[in-house]
Amino acid sequence: MNSMTSGTRAGSRNATSAFDAGGATPVLRVSGLEVTYYTDLGRAKALDDVSFALSAGEKLGMVGESGSGKSTMALAMMRMIKPPGRIEGGSVFIDDTDLMAMTEDEMRQARLSKIAYIPQGAMNSLNPVTRIGAQMVDAIKSHSARQSRSAIEDRCVHALRSVDLDPSVFRMYAHELSGGMKQRVCIAIGILLEPKVIIADEPTSALDVVTQRQVMETIDRVQDQINAAVILIGHDMGLMAQFVDKVAVMYAGRLVEVSAVRDMFTAPNHPYSKALISSLPNLDNKGVFQGIPGLAPSLLRLPSGCAFHPRCEFAMERCSVERPEPQNLEEGRLVTCHLFDEEASQ
Amino acid sequence: MTTITLPTEETAMEQPSRLVLAWRYLRRNKGLAVGFFILLLLTLFTLIGLLVINPKHAYPLSAALKQPPSWKYPMGTDFFGRNLLAAMVVGMWQTALIGLLAGGIGTFIGVVLGFTSAYFGGKIDSTIRIICQILTPIPVLLIQVVIAGSLDKRDVTIFTMALIVVLLAWMGPTLVIRAQVLTMKERQFVAVAKLSGMSDFGIIFKEILPNLLPFIAAAFVGQVFAAVFASFYLAVLGLGPLREPLLGNIIWAAQSQGAFFNGWWWWPLEPAFAMILILGSLALINMGLDELANPRVRKTE
Amino acid sequence: MNLKIIVKRLFFLVLVIWAASTIVFFVPRLSSRNAIRERFGELSRTGGFSPADLEKLIASMQQQFGLDKPLLEQYVQYLNQIIHLDFGYSLYKYPSTVTELIAQALPWTIGLLLVTTVLSFIIGTLLGAVSAWPRAPQWMRTFATPFILLTGVPPVIMAILLVFFVGFRLKWLPLGSAYSVGVVPNWSWGFFFDLMSHQILPALSLILGSVGGWVLSMRGMGITIQGEDYVNFAEHKGLTGGRIFRDYYLRNAMLPQVTGLALALGTVVTSAIIVEGLFGLPGIGSLLNLAIRSNDFPTIYGVVLFITIAVAVLMTALEFIYPLLDPRIREN
Repeated sequence: MNSMTSGTRAGSRNATSAFDAGGATPVLRVSGLEVTYYTDLGRAKALDDVSFALSAGEKLGMVGESGSGKSTMALAMMRMIKPPGRIEGGSVFIDDTDLMAMTEDEMRQARLSKIAYIPQGAMNSLNPVTRIGAQMVDAIKSHSARQSRSAIEDRCVHALRSVDLDPSVFRMYAHELSGGMKQRVCIAIGILLEPKVIIADEPTSALDVVTQRQVMETIDRVQDQINAAVILIGHDMGLMAQFVDKVAVMYAGRLVEVSAVRDMFTAPNHPYSKALISSLPNLDNKGVFQGIPGLAPSLLRLPSGCAFHPRCEFAMERCSVERPEPQNLEEGRLVTCHLFDEEASQ
Repeated sequence: MTTITLPTEETAMEQPSRLVLAWRYLRRNKGLAVGFFILLLLTLFTLIGLLVINPKHAYPLSAALKQPPSWKYPMGTDFFGRNLLAAMVVGMWQTALIGLLAGGIGTFIGVVLGFTSAYFGGKIDSTIRIICQILTPIPVLLIQVVIAGSLDKRDVTIFTMALIVVLLAWMGPTLVIRAQVLTMKERQFVAVAKLSGMSDFGIIFKEILPNLLPFIAAAFVGQVFAAVFASFYLAVLGLGPLREPLLGNIIWAAQSQGAFFNGWWWWPLEPAFAMILILGSLALINMGLDELANPRVRKTE
Repeated sequence: MNLKIIVKRLFFLVLVIWAASTIVFFVPRLSSRNAIRERFGELSRTGGFSPADLEKLIASMQQQFGLDKPLLEQYVQYLNQIIHLDFGYSLYKYPSTVTELIAQALPWTIGLLLVTTVLSFIIGTLLGAVSAWPRAPQWMRTFATPFILLTGVPPVIMAILLVFFVGFRLKWLPLGSAYSVGVVPNWSWGFFFDLMSHQILPALSLILGSVGGWVLSMRGMGITIQGEDYVNFAEHKGLTGGRIFRDYYLRNAMLPQVTGLALALGTVVTSAIIVEGLFGLPGIGSLLNLAIRSNDFPTIYGVVLFITIAVAVLMTALEFIYPLLDPRIREN
């Protein structure tokens, strides 16, 4: 149903090689991922040429304003984009298999066993009318039918324990659990089959501050247990800073910067990242959240050239005409901005 | 600290006009479009019919008896000498009258009671709520059978029909409007209006009522459907105003005279098809409005 | 579910029955019609009573029906009778009691009603679920969706269409009574098939006439449920489509459908008895039809009240089933 392109765009290849230079072979390689929504009002490119790579045990924080394409990226990687959206191209390699080239049933098998998605579980992600246990058992059964009932149950209880939940949760219903407990159940389900890649989509929104920390620590711990690559999607930069290794910034469907967390906070490259970082409350501005001037652009009518140029204080003439391509800088950093054109060409 | 001061210049892109959007939506929501189209045809049939035909021909002994459809009588005539084309036009008109009348009154009672109940709360609220809850499980149609059956046949007219139908049909709208007003009471704009010293009636008419209009409209369409349905059933049972060419009455009369056994097939079939068109268009519109109000539906199309 | 709720529900049931009885008691008494006078007036025109005899007869009947006592006393006596399911004497088939007539007609109606309601509910719910399920094969959705159009054809009209096209035109199925004229009821397969063949068209009218409503309401609910987070998460978990459909989508979308069944019972039963009357099947419908045509008021009121009580009892029963389906209700 999707036309697959083999991802030979210059930008994509550069981005991938930048991470290969880091040493370990990445477990996850995304390149040239593109998603378009076809609406009454026109076409909206929700994801435009997104490429990055991640090694086992690494944790990537994905940030950006709402509508920037973070969740679309997660759904595209799970191949769960629904009409009127379509995955137009790109590849998502986990080890040596391309998820985008799989058949529907292979992809179904890959979900949870190769790549798991942890939803914002505090709200409504668990079936209200069946027991938690049943919702864990069916997940295992639909991937490997030939297992004894008790083996499956042991596995579920083990997963519950590793997210600090009492085994009695197995027999409970969603409405009997607190928000934090429901989120933990979702994490427990996510690690049931020890996937290579875990995507956690805003796992802490709608939770109180103490619970947020606990949930993040739980994700941290289970990641160590199964040595997965984790992508954390969220907009809380402060919380993110404490838990991730790398930060990726999205703007209008594109990756505008990927940097190690320390670099991102001390010396952000992209003007948009700078604006994001400086908008964080800190001791200097006494906790006042500043926000970024201007409005996030509508995907239906993106500004020409670089989509950020109308809000960018460093905007040059070419920014409104020519679209910047992603380019690799030293220390495995990536940026999509004309300001770095000369450095890259040297 | 970096401050970014460049103002965003919204590039004024062409937005498709509302009409174009509505047209595109109707093309996808075919149910709504078809429903409106059928209703329009029925309205045209009735209105043009009322101008062209002589309403007297809708009553007995105005035409030859038992004639199948022909050039002279496009829809035939019945056992009692009614021109069925005229009967259809008048019957359709009366059906619309009952539907609009009963639907309007029922919705009005519902809005008034729902408002009173939710806005003033307390004992009034619990009384109204409990009465609604007790009356709701009672099969309305059967109680209507009792009421219509107890009336003197001479007292049964189009208007009493509408009243009988409405007598036990206001509970639904009352509960719906009550629930909506309750949630609206909690919203900020009502609190602000209260603090600024607006009177109860001011708040009801200026703040809450305009926001309720979509729900009132939906309740109205539902009430019209229910009223048409109920009056049709009563008439089929022979409890309608027997002299009038109401669609249900025609079917009742045809049934009583064994129309099919005697080969007068057009007699009961015509009102049956007319009823299908009326109820079908109302159901399609109701469903289409549902889809319009619930954005989730659009995803599946 | 605890005892308090059960007691509350039962008390509510009693209230509903009381309200219905009260309406049925007072409405006729507000009217100027005198059932007994009308009935015997008719008889006297055909049967040749003398006017004096007629007055005497009416007076004695009034006494027998208790209509000469004060209103309040009548009301109390009437409520007492209702408690014992005693609806008094039929005027048309005097001295049969209304309860006897209902008892004779009831098995026919229950059979027809049970089969058609269960079938149309299940078929309609499944079709509605499929029509709103984006992952269902296209041909299934294309097949299921048009059934919604049947909402515009209520059972009574469906009956007229089927009678004409299937019964008269095609002559596929017999019409007009419970079994063929001249056949004596007996315990043979031949009689059984004859009986059943007479039931097919009425049953089909009821099923086709009400299936659209179930498709429509289930579709509405399905559209809401298929967008819920837990359905999406189920797909993220890599479950097979069938399992998501059954355990996550259908089970949740079903809940309001069961409430809908309880609320629709009144209309379902009413439609069934009208259709029964149209087909001339021996059941509550024909009883009511005959009562209306012959101004047999005690029978009209008795039938209406009996059905009201039956519907209210069934609704309460469904409310007790509901917590078994939804664990959230079980606790409070």
